[in-house]
Amino acid sequence: MTSADTLRAFKRDGRIVVVGASLAGLRAAEALRDEGFTGSLTMIGDESGEPYDRPPLSKQVLTGWVPADGTTLPRRRDVNAEWLLGVPASGLDLATNQVRLADGREVPFDRVLISTGVRARPWFVESEAALDGVFVVRTREHAEGLQRALAAGPSRVLVIGAGFTGSEIASICRERDIPVTVAELAPAPLVGALGAMIGEIAADMQRAHGVDLRCGVKVTRLEGDAQGHFRRAHFDDGSTVDADVAVVALGGIRNTEWLRGSGLAAGVWGIACDTGCRALDLNGLITDDVFVAGDVARCPNPVYEYRLISLEHWANAVEQAEVAAHNMVSGQADRWPHLSIPLFWSIQFGVNIKSVGVPTFADEVVVTQGSVSDHRFVAAYGYRGRVTAAVSFNNAKWLDHYRQLIETAAPFPPPCPTPDQPVDMKPVPVDFPGPVLLAQGATVVVTGHDPGERRVTAVQQHR
Amino acid sequence: MTTTEMPDTLHRILDYSSRADPYPLYAELRETPVALQDDGSYVVSTYREITDLLHDPHLSSDVRNLSHPMPGAETGATPAFINLDPPEHDRLRRMAMRHFGPPHTPGLVTGLEPDLTAIVGRLIDDFAGKEQIDIVDDFAYPFPVTVICHLLGVPREDEPTFRLWVNDIINSIDYDPRTDPKEKLDNGVQARQALRQYLGGLLEQRHGRPGDDLLTRLANDDGPDGRMTDEEIISTANLLLIAGHETTVNLITNGMLTLLRHPEVLQRLRDEPGLVVALVEELLRYEPPVHIIPWRAAYSDITVAETVIPKGSQIMLMLASGSRDPNRFHDPDHFDPDRRDNQHLGFGSGIHLCFGGPMARLETQIALSELARRLDGPSLVADPPPYRRSPVLRGPIHLHIEQT
Ligand SMILES: Cc1cc2nc3c(=O)[nH]c(=O)nc-3n(C[C@H](O)[C@H](O)[C@H](O)COP(=O)(O)OP(=O)(O)OC[C@H]3O[C@@H](n4cnc5c(N)ncnc54)[C@H](O)[C@@H]3O)c2cc1C
Repeated sequence: MTSADTLRAFKRDGRIVVVGASLAGLRAAEALRDEGFTGSLTMIGDESGEPYDRPPLSKQVLTGWVPADGTTLPRRRDVNAEWLLGVPASGLDLATNQVRLADGREVPFDRVLISTGVRARPWFVESEAALDGVFVVRTREHAEGLQRALAAGPSRVLVIGAGFTGSEIASICRERDIPVTVAELAPAPLVGALGAMIGEIAADMQRAHGVDLRCGVKVTRLEGDAQGHFRRAHFDDGSTVDADVAVVALGGIRNTEWLRGSGLAAGVWGIACDTGCRALDLNGLITDDVFVAGDVARCPNPVYEYRLISLEHWANAVEQAEVAAHNMVSGQADRWPHLSIPLFWSIQFGVNIKSVGVPTFADEVVVTQGSVSDHRFVAAYGYRGRVTAAVSFNNAKWLDHYRQLIETAAPFPPPCPTPDQPVDMKPVPVDFPGPVLLAQGATVVVTGHDPGERRVTAVQQHR
Repeated sequence: MTTTEMPDTLHRILDYSSRADPYPLYAELRETPVALQDDGSYVVSTYREITDLLHDPHLSSDVRNLSHPMPGAETGATPAFINLDPPEHDRLRRMAMRHFGPPHTPGLVTGLEPDLTAIVGRLIDDFAGKEQIDIVDDFAYPFPVTVICHLLGVPREDEPTFRLWVNDIINSIDYDPRTDPKEKLDNGVQARQALRQYLGGLLEQRHGRPGDDLLTRLANDDGPDGRMTDEEIISTANLLLIAGHETTVNLITNGMLTLLRHPEVLQRLRDEPGLVVALVEELLRYEPPVHIIPWRAAYSDITVAETVIPKGSQIMLMLASGSRDPNRFHDPDHFDPDRRDNQHLGFGSGIHLCFGGPMARLETQIALSELARRLDGPSLVADPPPYRRSPVLRGPIHLHIEQT
């Protein structure tokens, strides 16, 4: 049989398993059918319902505008799959090509797509995390619980962490006229993602909307009452805040533990893959039959010096899913690279924030259009004299242009004036708290001496 | 090389004799995506390049940024937001939007549905007993005019008066100094002044009076951006009055013509009324009412498709050509209401994306659905029908049909 015959047979009768049945998993399944895959398709997911959309969970769902179970993802087509829901995958055996489920079942595959995403990072003290009134927001159930707690009219909400999710939740609290305190270790909200300049604007926005914003502080302890209900938070500066709801918004943990021992380059940083979404094994070799997409993937981007970047962005999950699906059913010569420029949006305090590119990959930032005080502007990010990202506040329609500037490595700061360019356009240092892209700590050790015996072993990291 | 001199194709497009079918000429034009003209202007005809430009903050909508002044540009008058750049554009559009759509008046457009259906129903009732129907005069023109008059608060009886002005204004939009008599331009300028004066008169009566029409609201209601000046209100009303019906007339008429040329689609529309949403989108791609954005100005040097368009140049965007670009749309000359990924340029793109788009869609959906449902074996009397002069806002001037 020629390889074309093999591929045709696989497309007709092959077995594909998708682990992680959410946004990336569903879009990949649809794309596989669109690509003409008629074989068997199995969707494995540890959540029990149909795939749903997460961005509304920290927005419309919390206002009560959309019910938590109203965010089911629209189906673009029938995927005709076998759905194994409500049970997590617990292992991947690449010698026998099987996915092991926690209930002991084994599911064989010819090709597998991993899209297990991330989960919310819980509060670090288990007993405190278990207090009534302490929430995280990642799933539909979380959002439903928090929405109910907000509807009950709490005296104050404490949001721990002023990243995007935390800031969105604080915004909703103010919209519902609930007193809210936001605690953030960094000097301002959104600093980790967008740098100090935008962080300051975000801080102003929060304060202008009546948020009790406390930056540069760490929450050390959550205190409950005799009934086990959260009542008070203690800070490292000795102060306290009384509240009856605490939302822990400290980012996510990648769901890769189940891949321990699989031989894949999977760990706290995600699952490394090539731009074709093919997983790398621990030694950095490309696997043939294992693909990755979505929040759990860590993909090299040539525009950013081929660094492996993981993104928790909706659009990234969809695009990687489509590339992965295409490559799963295509021969070597027809494969696509995933080369899109990252895109992210958020809505808070009445402002639509949108970014293109990787703002953390920058040393300078400059406001290129509009007015910061009106919260209507575009800021461009540059790294060593070229444009690498842009962020807009209430001005998203221009971002396609900035995407092009990034793609063409246009000079930074952009030299041509626009009609709405601020008069004092001047780049400032971007000022991130730390080298965010690189600092994930050691994850492997290399062993062996001869080229034929050099291997990599994973080190289990402490968090 | 993407820049060559190609006056011929463009001028054949502008020539009235190609009005009925400019599409083969657009295909010729697309061979040079960015084409420098004799007069220093640039014609852009391919989808990617047009969308790139419409999202380029260096592309100005303000004639004052052209290095050669526009013939007939109004001096003194406050431009409507369509002819302004940020931040003024954004501010005025936002203030107008407050009274026209979400989040402040979310249900306005959808809430009109029963009224629109009723108006359409009455117009079709009036077809009874007629041997021939002119889809333009009997239907596609009176319908949106009635709607926009009602919304703005302009007396419907005044329509014969402002119709003449609007005609002169539309006529002057595509003024070409090489071929057109100066009279055409002068008429346009005079008509603009007359329409402004007329709207100013209406506005005067609204100050201090409560009311639900747009003119009254603009004159009395404050938002976060404050209130528009009278000059700004007049410019906005002017824009909405003209754009609010001139384009929809063509969209409905082009739509009916297309359906009559594709009887199988007309039949499908009768059988599956839900088809109308996708069908109108496809119409906006296949036979759009706005074919050309006749000028934009390069505010700085602009690079597109490796061509540098120098600051101050006039740029002409061939929207209808972009929507038929085979590099973007599969089989673009095929009318396919089942088309997926149909991001046409029918309403433009970027910050100037058609303000009235949601309204035009709804009007056309209702109009075509009801025509399909109620006309009995309609057929064209003449194909092609006679066209209006304008290559910019393109559509038949009459569309006579007969029923069996
Ligand atoms: C509250 C919130 C707001 C957001 N807002 C925005 C926004 O405004 N803009 C934006 O761009 N992005 C936003 N995002 C991010 C966006 O939702 C994610 O990028 C997207 O959901 C990623 O999809 P995914 O399929 O890769 O991962 P996920 O959606 O995390 O799906 C992974 C699935 O795999 C399941 N799973 C995990 N482990 C296993 C296992 N071992 N076996 C079986 N199943 C498993 C998980 O339970 C989950 O169902 C938001 C996310 C959240 C949580």
